[in-house]
Amino acid sequence: MKYIDEYRDGQIARGLAAEIARRVTRPWVLMEICGGQTHTLMRFGIDEMLPAGIEMVHGPGCPVCVTSLETIDKAIEIASRPNVTLVSYGDMLRVPGSRTDLFHVRANGGDVRIVYSPTEALKIARANPERHIVFFAVGFETTAPANAMAVWLARREGLKNFSMLASHVLVPPAMRALLSSPRNRVQGFIGPGHVCTVMGYHEYDDLIREFRVPIVVGGFEPVDLLEAILMLVTQLEQGRAEVENQYVRSVCYEGNLPAQKILAEVFEVCDRKWRGIGGIPESGLNIRAEYADFDADKIFQTENVTAEESPECISAEVLQGLKKPVDCAAFAVRCTPENPLGAPMVSSEGACAAYYRYRRHAVAEHGGR
Amino acid sequence: MMAQDTKLDAGFTCPVPLAAGDAVLLGHGSGGKMSGDLLRNLLLPAFQNPFLARQDDQAIVDINGLRLAFTTDSFVVKPLFFPGGDIGSLAVNGTVNDLAMGGAEPLFLSLAFILEEGLSMDVLRQVIESVRDAAARAGVQVVTGDTKVVEKGSGDGLFVNTSGIGLVPDGVRLSANQARPGDRVLLSGSIGDHGITILSQREGLAFESPIESDTAALHTLVADMLRATDEIRCLRDPTRGGLSSSLNEIAACSRVGMELQESAIPVREEVQGACEMLGLDPMYVANEGKLVAIAGPATAELLLETMRRNPLGRDARIIGTVTDTHAGMVTMRTRLGTSRIVDLLSGDQLPRIC
Repeated sequence: MKYIDEYRDGQIARGLAAEIARRVTRPWVLMEICGGQTHTLMRFGIDEMLPAGIEMVHGPGCPVCVTSLETIDKAIEIASRPNVTLVSYGDMLRVPGSRTDLFHVRANGGDVRIVYSPTEALKIARANPERHIVFFAVGFETTAPANAMAVWLARREGLKNFSMLASHVLVPPAMRALLSSPRNRVQGFIGPGHVCTVMGYHEYDDLIREFRVPIVVGGFEPVDLLEAILMLVTQLEQGRAEVENQYVRSVCYEGNLPAQKILAEVFEVCDRKWRGIGGIPESGLNIRAEYADFDADKIFQTENVTAEESPECISAEVLQGLKKPVDCAAFAVRCTPENPLGAPMVSSEGACAAYYRYRRHAVAEHGGR
Repeated sequence: MMAQDTKLDAGFTCPVPLAAGDAVLLGHGSGGKMSGDLLRNLLLPAFQNPFLARQDDQAIVDINGLRLAFTTDSFVVKPLFFPGGDIGSLAVNGTVNDLAMGGAEPLFLSLAFILEEGLSMDVLRQVIESVRDAAARAGVQVVTGDTKVVEKGSGDGLFVNTSGIGLVPDGVRLSANQARPGDRVLLSGSIGDHGITILSQREGLAFESPIESDTAALHTLVADMLRATDEIRCLRDPTRGGLSSSLNEIAACSRVGMELQESAIPVREEVQGACEMLGLDPMYVANEGKLVAIAGPATAELLLETMRRNPLGRDARIIGTVTDTHAGMVTMRTRLGTSRIVDLLSGDQLPRIC
């Protein structure tokens, strides 16, 4: 299949891995930002191909993992109301809130539906004028433009029974937070290719200057990731710290300007609490006041609950690249996809779930890396 | 506004695990771990007997020296009609296949409908005709049945249950607990066709070349295979939960490992494309006309040739080997030469967000 096969080609991949091994003279800690990239690393066993000196740690780029417990509880509360249909992407339904999850809400009679696109939520709203349709919108800059478009369309059409519970997060402020931490170990980043397809990569110029850390915008296939790692290693070994673009077939410097325009029309930057990381200033997107009629956060007044969470879970450290999932005593023992102690075990993009699903045999043999 | 610093909260905490088992969830019907839990925790303890304990697709009971295969299956597919088939042909082929996986020659079926008030009589007629035609093609007779009607809103148009009985020839003993290290894993053709057909119908996805469900009765293919060799240990049709779930079940029942070769597993380009787009893995997507066989190493090539001579096994491949490492676990040698787990999913495979 075009654009897939050549990026999963074993010979090309092995060639890149050999080149990485040739260039490495000392250990480096690299982080892939995006959960989709973590998934590929684990699914294709790319960690097995890297020389011992290259340590991959896994970033916070899993939208399901970083959505705050309060937001999930709010979605659950809204979904439990009569005459409300809550619509979201599949992964969100399984994420435990403080007491239950959306699948259980559905089993108890709540109207919760899975869609593939926010415009499907609009269709549901048009077809069910007696119900209020709430689209639960999570994700990074990648999914935000389509969600913004849904709100924009809803206002243009004058839809009265559609709103959005928006909990978008932004990548560059999270990278800044990680780099500012005194415990930071990351020496180079694989930038999030899909986010950069929308936003371009000019946003990273400041980070490079301030923290002198190389960033290579990377794709999502094995060859993409190996090439991005090679580019990072080359920069690090040469003492350079620049933004480079490996994912040229999708990403340009300016990004997708029409997408950025609709995003800015509907959303505004706000402070956001990240599950596992804490509050990060100016790291989220909220619906602008002009679109308040479509803002579920304003329409539905819910009580904020403070949740009791398992003290055993180390996902704070995992999401910051300080620890690996296998460093957790509960991993694959008390914490599994059936009984997740933390969100990274829930979504297939979460680092713990990716290790569990693809790599726990290697962990048993080699103690992981 | 939050304080303008970027202090990280290292004391992050996690959600309390959900109390399992307070309600039936859709995932309990997925064919993954949740389905297995339901079986182990609720069903098997209630009806303990050696037939159920085998956990095969059919029970094989001995009546006065006659070995009868007996099975039942319910069909709740939406939409009722889809490219390549419909709920009627599916209900016949599914039960015929469950019998065939025990090596049985399928003979008789029951047919039970649960109909929703208001269902178009024309739809019902089409489904019945499809059952008739599929049964004729498979050479089985529908010999008993039942019809119930529930009030509007209590069903979803039409549900079908079929049960089936068949005769197991002398000497044929297939079971999921018989795989041994060194055995080969054979697959009769491409995976994911049925599941992606249904999904694309539901979601209105269109492809350059249309995908059809692979729904088919496999008993003639099985008969060819059983004639060719007596070294077949086990057969499974990887329906819901996909190839991965069937192989994980065999690995668990036989307490062996399995190593698959990713490059050997055939996936149609349209199916691969849809999976890439939706973030799904074809290893977990349903099939309705494919089988996996575990067979002794000496006979594997002969068996492969035999399968390929039958149109239903035209694209058959040897996809892996049974091993004595990682008992109960299926692993895969990727195209890159690395190794990864092919796990049993918890519930249904969920499309990723981005």
